[in-house]
Amino acid sequence: MLPTLTDFVAELRAVGVPVSMVETLDAAQALRHADLADRGAVKATLGATLVKNAHHAAAFDTAFDVFFGLLARPEGETDDGEDERRPPDAAASEAAAGGAGDGEAGELFDALLDALLAGDGERLQDLIRRAVDQLSGLEPGRPVGGRYYFYRVMRRLDGDRLARMLREAMQAGDVEERLDERVLAESADDRMEQLRTELRREIVRRLVADRGPQAVARTLRTPLIDDIDLMHATREELERIERTIAPLARKLATRLAQRRRRGRKGRLDVRRTIRRSLAHGGVLLEPQFKPPRKSKPELVLLCDVSGSMATFARFTMQLTFAVGSQFSRVRSFAFIDGLDEVTDYFGPGADFHDAMVRMGREAKLVWRDGHSDYGNALEQFMERYSDVVSPRSTVIITGDARNNYRDPQVGLLAEIAVTARSLFWLNPEARRYWDTGDSVMSMYEPSVDGLYEVRTVRQLERFIERVALRSGPVAKQHLASI
Amino acid sequence: MDAWTNAADVRVALEGTGYLADDRIAQVAFLALRLDKPILAEGPAGVGKTALALALAEASSRRLVRLQCYEGLDEAKALYEWDYHKQLLRLQADEGKAWDDLEGDIFSESFLLTRPLLEAITSPEPVVLLIDEVDRVEIETEALLLEVLDAFQVTIPELGTIQAASRPIVVLTSNNTRELSEALKRRCLFLHVDYPTIDRERAILRARVPDLPESLATRIAQVVRSIREVPIRKAPSVSETIDWARTLLALGVEGIDGTVTADTLNVLLKYQADIDKVARELDLTAEPAE
Repeated sequence: MLPTLTDFVAELRAVGVPVSMVETLDAAQALRHADLADRGAVKATLGATLVKNAHHAAAFDTAFDVFFGLLARPEGETDDGEDERRPPDAAASEAAAGGAGDGEAGELFDALLDALLAGDGERLQDLIRRAVDQLSGLEPGRPVGGRYYFYRVMRRLDGDRLARMLREAMQAGDVEERLDERVLAESADDRMEQLRTELRREIVRRLVADRGPQAVARTLRTPLIDDIDLMHATREELERIERTIAPLARKLATRLAQRRRRGRKGRLDVRRTIRRSLAHGGVLLEPQFKPPRKSKPELVLLCDVSGSMATFARFTMQLTFAVGSQFSRVRSFAFIDGLDEVTDYFGPGADFHDAMVRMGREAKLVWRDGHSDYGNALEQFMERYSDVVSPRSTVIITGDARNNYRDPQVGLLAEIAVTARSLFWLNPEARRYWDTGDSVMSMYEPSVDGLYEVRTVRQLERFIERVALRSGPVAKQHLASI
Repeated sequence: MDAWTNAADVRVALEGTGYLADDRIAQVAFLALRLDKPILAEGPAGVGKTALALALAEASSRRLVRLQCYEGLDEAKALYEWDYHKQLLRLQADEGKAWDDLEGDIFSESFLLTRPLLEAITSPEPVVLLIDEVDRVEIETEALLLEVLDAFQVTIPELGTIQAASRPIVVLTSNNTRELSEALKRRCLFLHVDYPTIDRERAILRARVPDLPESLATRIAQVVRSIREVPIRKAPSVSETIDWARTLLALGVEGIDGTVTADTLNVLLKYQADIDKVARELDLTAEPAE
């Protein structure tokens, strides 16, 4: 068990999950109190000791299936013999499948649909093993990724049709209204998802038996949600990312609020000090202070939402939305080559998707041709909204600073920087591309208090952690007044 | 609780108090007892993180000591504080005595106000210590917890180090509003608690609302799951689901259709925008498409 554990930890680290030495020891210690024949117990034990962040759960699950998938195989199947016996079998049916595979797939299809409808887990397991035997074309020793076999089985099985027919079959009969339809469709999807998970597991199991866990794990690595490039995220990844934004936004707002509160006690509360002194026979022992006034962070967000930023813009607007729905003193602006205020669309109680639609329809973001123009956006901002920025506000600009060779109006940004408490710029492009082509990042850089590359959730998190630690703004105002 | 030899025993014991743990929760709770490590339960509000601590206390018949965290919580509120008033009275009562006698006297345990952490440590009989919503305290205050969680001891400069008389079971909960420090996480067993599966939620409903018919419980669990799929501000918690079940039972509802759901949605959801959105997304009042 111990060598497997260290390999497993090494794999987690390779994916980017931080596991310390102490935690590995804890895991080893904890395993002594788990039933090693029980997959679930081993998984819970390792999960609790090694992975301390819910974002890392998916990576943990994948690695666990690879390294411990052979644990506690389903009833009626023994560990040895099975895998040695299967491969030639599979190879044979692979050859057959070339010609007459449709018939077999068809028969399997019906049987699977039946098992899914009945919710019969054991039969499903059995059928999945047969499906992998007959349809995956798994050959021992071939260095092919696990995902390839998965898609191959699903394709030859016609997984989409299976999902559709399962939905239809489950909805047949007792649907009286939309609510029924939805509930039944969801249970159908649940069962399909179960099929997919089990299929993936079965394939991983076979591959590991053939090639050993390390090699298989390498082919299954996917970036952690924290490390996905926001500019090139797929829709599915974006959805997962969106779920992590609300806590981040809350964190950003609390950090900003905290910074302003810390170190400042309220004024002396004479009445309470004297009252308290009565307990000590009139000795003014404990001075009492008025609680400092609770201040809400003032945040001004300027977001580039032009075409080149589309994916990232969705992310920043999500962030805007999340911050805006919790704090009233946030003003948000979007721009392409024109700039407009979008605070109201994303205010409390609003729905994000509605807000995006409204922004696209109602806000005047295009001024001339719909290509980013930071200079003009800044000009419009200063013309119409210069009063928004006060010495108490933090300004955050998000954008790639690709100005399409137009006038960047650097002076205007400097003006904002002098007025604001602090000004930060988040650039979603890799640092090495800054100042290439039409990017004018370095021209803006001297004016900002902090310039951050934010291509991933992890980087955004780092920015948020740091932003609260800065104490610069006060000193800066002092300088400005000299 | 010494009779608990495996995770299944823990689960049965918890079930006896009305808390239905899944295998994972039971395993982690069992590990916590065996390894003397705190549990850090994290997850959305209302999935039973705090309830786990309450259930553990009841199942092991220990007293529960609760430290509710909030922004600005400090040593004096979490650990201990000297009772100034009493010290002052003592000094005045003994005017004229030698200082050395007095000093030893006023900095003794009878002048100490114990706060939850110290209370959990000094309690003669073992307790369950619940540190609720630990993500609300500032990162600096978190450090305060480390000594307690690590060695189950508290150091008071005037008195020395107080070692725990018995090891408490510690449960920390977090709503994940901020990332907890690595040092704290490293010392804990991490338990991510999410909304229960349909089957488990049904079982919870059956346990908490015994009069609820099986079919209605299933249906409630399904509909609530469906609502949680909608991206809203505050998804219904387990306790809100239970409230909903009680409401439906009180209204004498036999089957749940769109209209009934729409009429009672305010039990599950607490924001008008959420209610509107769910009613729209789930098409609660419409006929089926065919």
